[in-house]
Amino acid sequence: MAEHEVVCLIGASGSGKSTLLRCLNLLEPVDAGRIAVAGEEITARGVDVNRLRRRIGIVFQSYNLFPHMSVLRNVTLAPQKALGLSLRDAEARAGELLERFGLAEKRDDFPDRLSGGQQQRVAIVRALAMQPDLMLLDEVTSALDPELVAEVLNVIRELAEGGMTMLIATHEMGFARDIASRVCFLDEGVILEQGPPAQIFSAPAEPRTRQFLDRIIEAGRL
Amino acid sequence: MRTAFFNWEAYKRSFPAISRAFLLNVKIFSIAEAIILVTALVLAVLRGLPGPVFFPIRMLAIAYADFFRGVPTILVIALLAFGAPALQLEHVPTSTTFWGITALVLIYTAYVSEVYRAGIESVHPSQEAAARSLGLTRSSALVHVVLPQAVRRVIPPLLNDFIGLQKDTALVGIAGSVEAFKQAQIEVSADFNFTHYLVAASLFVAITIPLARFTDWLVAPDRRRRQAGRLV
Repeated sequence: MAEHEVVCLIGASGSGKSTLLRCLNLLEPVDAGRIAVAGEEITARGVDVNRLRRRIGIVFQSYNLFPHMSVLRNVTLAPQKALGLSLRDAEARAGELLERFGLAEKRDDFPDRLSGGQQQRVAIVRALAMQPDLMLLDEVTSALDPELVAEVLNVIRELAEGGMTMLIATHEMGFARDIASRVCFLDEGVILEQGPPAQIFSAPAEPRTRQFLDRIIEAGRL
Repeated sequence: MRTAFFNWEAYKRSFPAISRAFLLNVKIFSIAEAIILVTALVLAVLRGLPGPVFFPIRMLAIAYADFFRGVPTILVIALLAFGAPALQLEHVPTSTTFWGITALVLIYTAYVSEVYRAGIESVHPSQEAAARSLGLTRSSALVHVVLPQAVRRVIPPLLNDFIGLQKDTALVGIAGSVEAFKQAQIEVSADFNFTHYLVAASLFVAITIPLARFTDWLVAPDRRRRQAGRLV
């Protein structure tokens, strides 16, 4: 992956999209093979996983906000405890990000007072507050009600325009076509086919890819 | 029956003395509970340490919990309160109350650590994953994300154990400390009126009921929040 690139992972459930993302963050044990991020081999022995994870943000399908903390505290915790920022600096940084993504009014609320879309935006802000070099988004809209999907996708679009390097596992094919610089089709744990979205979505080379896309079109999702 | 068990005159007569003795029960469980809150949490965390490096520590923690949950409370109290002073060692306290508290701490640490452990395990792994993915260390994730949620959830069963502990302070009486039950026994042996036991009983009940209501009140907002929030 090149810097500023936005790569979308598509494929059926169980094809390995989430596992790939979780491996990149070493949340999933890597059994074999090597992974290099920004020129550093992260699967090497003795790699400081905490330092590595600070550079890679991940957003989960189910938000995973900390329910016992306010929105602001959710966002400031890691910058303060992992990066060593003072509380004041962490709050300034968090305040700016919350403002930018229209969440300033929610800063003192607890996650249970927020809609799914708002929770997911907070989760994105929480990851951004670490100022990562790379963002991993794991089906971030899959748990949302349809009318809330757009607000989250808009945030991601804004990030892409801002030059954030992102790896996105998604079922939103229309979104992938719009935003991706490259699309990878995963099947049974391997990248079967990849290329620019125009090529993958209009003229897939692999029969499996075609089959997958046909089913998506049938379901009216493309 | 009315004269031997529900004698209002006898109740009034012994109430001041037994109340005073009950202050010792309050002292015993206050001290014991404060210590147990910490020691049990430490034990629960030790038991949850991951990896083969901590295997011996995990085993010790399990052995401790198994042992002190298996031995009758009264036996541990007798062993320590009678046994420890009998050693006649220097710098070893001879106070039966001191050894009574020690025995209660040893036993209830084992019980309460199980409660904490259940709480820690009830926090969904995705919470720790989220914390670790942000670059927090394992201990940071434990302290800031897992334990605060775990402790809040176990407040009701924790209180349940503490009610048990408050009642068990009466066992320290058998070692010779004059707490409410012992004082009641003294009163009963003087006039063979069992009402004095009811005095002690009413004192124990009077202190546990408000505590139970207080806990309900304490956990209500958090419970609401948790049920609304997504944790999976």
